[in-house]
Order: sequence, then C-alpha cells, then structure tokens
Amino acid sequence: MTDEAVVAVGLVKEFGSVKALGGIDLTVKRGQVVGLLGPNGAGKTTVVRILSTLLMPTSGYAKVAGFDVVKNPAEVRREIGLTGQYAAVNEYLTGRENLAMFGALYHLPAKYVREKSAELLESFELTDAADRPAKTYSGGMRRRLDLASSLIAQPSILFLDEPTTGLDPRSRLGMWDVINGLVADGTTVLLTTQYLEEADQLADEIVVIDHGRVIAQGTAETLKDQIGGDRIEISVIDPTRVTDAVDAIRTVSSGEPAVEGLTISAPVSGGSTVLVSAIRALDVQGVEVGDILLRRPTLDDVFLSLTGHAAEEDAAPSDEPKKRGKGRK
Amino acid sequence: MTASVQTRKRPLLGWNISDGVVVSRFSLVQTLRVPELMFFSLVQPVIFVLLFAYVFGGAIPIAGTGASAEDAANIYRNYLMPGIFGQTVAFAAAASTVGMAEAMSTGLIDRFRSLPMASGAVLIGHTFADAARQILVLLVLSITGFLVGWRITGGVWNAVCAYLLLLLFAYSVTWVGASIGLAMPNVETASTAGLVWLFPLTFLSNAFVPLSSMPSWLQPIAAYNPVSTLVLATRELFGNPTGLQPDYWPLNNPTIYTIGSCALVIAIFATLSIRKYTKTTAK
Repeated sequence: MTDEAVVAVGLVKEFGSVKALGGIDLTVKRGQVVGLLGPNGAGKTTVVRILSTLLMPTSGYAKVAGFDVVKNPAEVRREIGLTGQYAAVNEYLTGRENLAMFGALYHLPAKYVREKSAELLESFELTDAADRPAKTYSGGMRRRLDLASSLIAQPSILFLDEPTTGLDPRSRLGMWDVINGLVADGTTVLLTTQYLEEADQLADEIVVIDHGRVIAQGTAETLKDQIGGDRIEISVIDPTRVTDAVDAIRTVSSGEPAVEGLTISAPVSGGSTVLVSAIRALDVQGVEVGDILLRRPTLDDVFLSLTGHAAEEDAAPSDEPKKRGKGRK
Repeated sequence: MTASVQTRKRPLLGWNISDGVVVSRFSLVQTLRVPELMFFSLVQPVIFVLLFAYVFGGAIPIAGTGASAEDAANIYRNYLMPGIFGQTVAFAAAASTVGMAEAMSTGLIDRFRSLPMASGAVLIGHTFADAARQILVLLVLSITGFLVGWRITGGVWNAVCAYLLLLLFAYSVTWVGASIGLAMPNVETASTAGLVWLFPLTFLSNAFVPLSSMPSWLQPIAAYNPVSTLVLATRELFGNPTGLQPDYWPLNNPTIYTIGSCALVIAIFATLSIRKYTKTTAK
C-alpha cells in the first residue's frame, strides 16, 4: 500500500474548446483530509470526476490507492466512495433498499450488507426513516443517505463533491459532524467546497483552485496568514475621494487594500481597535464614509488576495458545457 | 485505516448478468412504489383493444373469411389481438427511453459508474425490468381480449411460444429505447423522441390491417418490418386468422425472421448503448 492515497500530475481536461483543467497537481496522503476550494466553474467537480474514473483526463495522469485511474479503473472503484453534488439515491426505494442495492453492486455478501446498513442508518440518524422511500426525506437526510451509500463498502478513500451545498445551516453542521467522524476513523477524504469555513472546519490541507489551476495550497492557518485574518471594509460616499481613502486605510492595514467601486477592503490584524484607527485615519484625510465594518475572511477574500479578483460566480466557464436542460443542483 | 471487506466470488454467469439482476430487481421494486404509472401503462393498450374491436371491427375485412357482418367483426377481433400485442410490446421501448433519460438526469448514474460493478449491468438491468413489466401488461391484455371474443386455438405450447416471442421482441426494442434515452439531452425531449418512431414502426405493419390493403409500394416496407413478422408469427401460434400474405421471405418465415431481427437489434443497440453509457456522466 502506498503512502499517497491520491496523486495527480498535470491533469488537463478539455471539453471541446473549453479548458476546464489547465494542469492540476494534487497529492493526498493516507488518512489526510484535503479540501479543494474554489468558486463555481473552477474545475473542482472535473477533478473529482477524473479521480473517481467517471471522466478521462485529456492529458496528465492520476493514481488513486496506487492504481492508475485510466488504466485500472476497476481497481480504483473498489477502493473509493463517491458522494456527488446531488443526492445520488433512488428516491422511490427506501433508505434500507438503497443501501442493499449499492451493497450488492459492490459485490458484498448480503449478510454483511444487512448489518452494515443497519449500523450506517443508526449512526446517520436515519433508522426511523429507514423503511420510507427516500422521496419523503429532507435534503439533509438525503445527503446523509447518499453518504451512507458511498460508505457501505468501507472505502479507504472518499470523494465528497460539495457535500453541503444547498443544505440549511443546521443540516450543514450535521454533515460536518458525520464527516469529522469518518475522518477520525482514518478514512482519506478529498472534498470540494465553495466555502472557506467548511474547508477550514474539515480539511487538514486546502488546495485553492481557480480557472482549472491550483493557485494556492497549504493548511487553513497558512492560507489565513496569507489573507491576513480579519478584513476591514469601508464604503466611500464621494467617488473622487477613493484614492484618499485607500491611502488612509493603507496606514492601518496589514496588506494592500483592494478597491471595487466605492468599496475598499483590506486585511487587518488587531481586532476591533483597528476600526478606531481606521476612522481616525479617514477623518484626518477628511473622507466621508458611508459604512465601515470588520469581518471574517470569506472565499472572496482568499481570491482577492491570491488573484486580485473576486471569486467569479458566473463569468467562469461552467465545469462542463451544459448539454441537458436540467442544471446541476 | 479502514478494514477492507471480503467481496463475493465471481458468479457463474458473470458480473454483467449478476449485477444486471440486482439493478432490475430494484427497478421492479420501484414499479411497485408507483402503481399509478403501472396502471396507466395498462389502461392504454386496453383502450386500444376496445377502440379497434368496436370502432373498426366491422370495417376492416380479413381476406379469406367472413360471412355475416357479425362474423366478420368477430374474426377481426381475433385478427386484431396479436396486432395489439405486437404494438404494445413495441411501445415498451418508450418507457425504456424515459427511464434511461431519467437515470441520466440524476446523480445516480455517477454513483453507478463509480461502483466496481460490471459496465453493462445498469442497462441490462433496466432493459430486463422494462421487458419483465410487459408480462403483466400481456396478461391484462389477454384477459381483455378474451372478454371481447379473442380465443387461443393453437394449443398451449404454441401459445407459450407466442408469449415468449412477444417478450423477446419487447426486450430487443427496450435496447433501442435505452440507446435513444442515453442520447437525449433531457427527460422532456426523451419522452417525445421515445415515441415518434414507434408510430410508423407499428402502423406500417399488419398489426391492424392486412398488408394486401396497402398500396403496392408500401407492401415490401411493411413486409420487412419485424413488427409484421412478429404479429404474423403470433397469429399463427395462437391459431388466429392471418389473412392472405403477399409473397415475401420474412412473411413466409415469420418466426425465424423475428428472432433473427431481435438478435441483430440487441447486438447492435446493446453495443452502442453500453459504449455510450461508459462515457456518460450525470448532466
């Protein structure tokens, strides 16, 4: 057994003329949790789909559990579990039936599947709903059933593609608990997310990708240091005074301020006292301020400090050219 | 480190069949959960029997038979039933198209493809379940037919062969349906595209009218249509009136021609659709 659960080198994926991945390198060690962080269309899902043998890379190669994803897809599939962006369960079947079906398709003995299903349903708080069709489940329950389905064969490597997207805050916290529990059991996890907070909560290491390329990599701590923790954000009333305001903010910030329209934001350290210094500095310049606040860093801030532009929601090409009417939700 | 679990030994018939059985078993369980769908898929052919038997019953004369108007209508009903059977099993393809398109539109397909299961199993399972659902449809149709005066006079063994031939045909068209379903961009398009080709396929045949009533340029097309040979073969096996046949090889050897076409269709469309499936991700 190799030390690296996932190794990807120079992964490129083109869909026609659209380049979804422009050469991704990625390593996940056994027992590690790596978060792939990026906005919509950054290529996160494409990476997961290549690693889980659903898509062939245009060039580059990847090994999962020591097996080449292109040459030995069958071996890879025996080692992995995949939970996609939408709950991949048959909604007409009950929770228990779904697990029985996937267990049988993993070629597991029926007795084992029965016992393991009961155990998973219990630990994911689905026992009461186990014999109801999945149709009747809430969004959070479906995601938990989805996750349980990918765990029935106790995979050593788990791919979680945006496991909490679309969930309400309470269900999201529930999913985090479940995922943290798996990690404690030693499962290797590669998860994708749009939320810095989620990557921070779950991942040992974060890989930030944008436009199909890795733009930063490190622990949540190192990334946060790079962004500089809290940010101050002010909006100026008079457009002609923006440069003066930037000068004023520069005297209190720990990094270069970023400007978007009338809004100026900059990384700061020192907590709320910074607010006082900022107001004083702006007052010295005689700049009138409409709004001022101090906030925790968001994905946008990561992107602002790493790329100089905000995380583009719609401008970036989608992961795959849309062929079907139904969007991925 | 998680412990790996001992998997089952390779079954006798191979994983494609074994996994296919798993998929079709749960597909049939799903059918039981949506009884409304099953109900309406039964209502449609029953309505066809009643419409054709009573609306067209007296209007379409079957050559080589017929005395009084009432006799002619009764003969037509016996002529009609195998035609309805043939049409109904052909329409099994439409359900298959929608079923595959539905499976593609959810994330379920990604999960299936990430499992260490056989690559043909999802399609084998779905097509098998679609054909299996036709057993109930044929049963209900047969009872309806019996009520309007249809009788099996060709012996039990021949009748069993007729039903098996109908199911084989159903199984082969579900592969065509599945291929269409895989190629369609969404469920809505699939539900239309899955139907359009079935109307010419079933109406350009001897299912409802004798071939001799068609214009001469149309006759060879209808004669080589496997629906015609299926219907003719089942008419012969059930011991129902067949009318007079124009002289074409398929019509002289309807059973062999039907089995041959089914085998060819399965071979072509199973290859096409499994190849397509292994490259598909959820849309």
